[in-house]
Amino acid sequence: MSHETPSKTDTTPAERARALFKALAAKNLIPDGFIADFTRKMEVDWDPANGARVVARAWVNPEFRELLLKDGTAACEEFGYTGPQGEYIVALENTPKLQNVIVCSLCSCTNWPVLGLPPEWYKSFEYRARLVREGRTVLRELGEDLPDDVTVQVWDTTAETRYMVLPVRPEGTEGMSEEDLAKLVTKDVLIGTARPKAPSRSIA
Amino acid sequence: MDGIHDLGGMQGFGKVPHTNNSLSYKPVFHEDWEHLAYSLLFLAADKLKNFSVDELRHAIERMDSRHYFSSPYYDRIVIGTATLLVENGVISQEELNEFLGAEFKLARPYWSEGRVGKSGRSAFEVGDLVEVRNEFVSGHIRMPGYVRGKQGVILHRTSVKWPFPDTIGHGKAAVAEPTYHVRFKMSDLWGTAGDDGFVVVDLFESYLDKVTLPSAEGQKSSQSQKALAALV
Repeated sequence: MSHETPSKTDTTPAERARALFKALAAKNLIPDGFIADFTRKMEVDWDPANGARVVARAWVNPEFRELLLKDGTAACEEFGYTGPQGEYIVALENTPKLQNVIVCSLCSCTNWPVLGLPPEWYKSFEYRARLVREGRTVLRELGEDLPDDVTVQVWDTTAETRYMVLPVRPEGTEGMSEEDLAKLVTKDVLIGTARPKAPSRSIA
Repeated sequence: MDGIHDLGGMQGFGKVPHTNNSLSYKPVFHEDWEHLAYSLLFLAADKLKNFSVDELRHAIERMDSRHYFSSPYYDRIVIGTATLLVENGVISQEELNEFLGAEFKLARPYWSEGRVGKSGRSAFEVGDLVEVRNEFVSGHIRMPGYVRGKQGVILHRTSVKWPFPDTIGHGKAAVAEPTYHVRFKMSDLWGTAGDDGFVVVDLFESYLDKVTLPSAEGQKSSQSQKALAALV
């Protein structure tokens, strides 16, 4: 046997990722700083707090709300929240009788700049397989038990549109500042598996 | 491609491993290699312009089915990226094996040439009743199998056009098309073996045909109108 076949059989994802990195680095194909810069975008810049700010603005500012629903890309661009996997943004308007929820059944497509990278559970085979068929049941299991008169509308991210859910502003939040309202909008609220809740009143 | 990746509607899966609002989402990466997956993908696709993200999706779909199902998410990104870089001659299988100290298992070779879209038709309008073409495509396609042959109503036509995935996903220059947000009744997709509600799928123009309602007389027409009304 002339060509040595590598003998090790069990390799880990970490080892494979590093092998690919080394193969590219050995050919000087990785520019200085490229990975650090891209990693900073993924870890810091693309964050669900971005989407939360967009939602809070729409809750307090009717003109912005109208823009967000008409041209989500332009509205998010006002905050600088566009970029890779967030170039054609559509906001999905919830009503008391309609709950929108987002999935990518074929892979993991997500509005990165507005929602942050997709979490592991969103990329799970369970969520990808089940949401388009039993959305109401999946939401209940995740902790959002919707009344029967609320319609569940699932959006499968199968092309270039990247979605965000615009939830209903919860009752009991009158007079809250835009900044405090944004704190009610979690990543799961932006994906649509959860509805925002008014903060419970502290016993003073 | 009717592969294992086309999971929508597949039964037998347990609970989604999550409870709402139970995570801080920081840190974004849980292992110190995970950031390399998207970083190296974007290096190859965006910086080196070696392939499109469509080709990356198709490369992952070309993974052997057992391989796909047993590999974690970011691992699949690494494997797809490595596959295309080898196929395009940027790095070699031998180099990967050497750095890994083992056989670096890649995706399977293409078994389809891809196809071109149906250009030259008039665009569909919001409110149109459309049917997803009853086609079987061995190569890359962005139509989940669960809507094949089904009827739905258009909610939105995009103001931007993008290269047709079934072409560009095979590394070929593609004609750009708008996509449509098409709303389907869940019961039209799953009968009574699913929940109620709607599913909206973002479909390229070439996947769709307009359904022309019988314009004529009486019963038939009003039934069709009723069917349409139920979908809107």
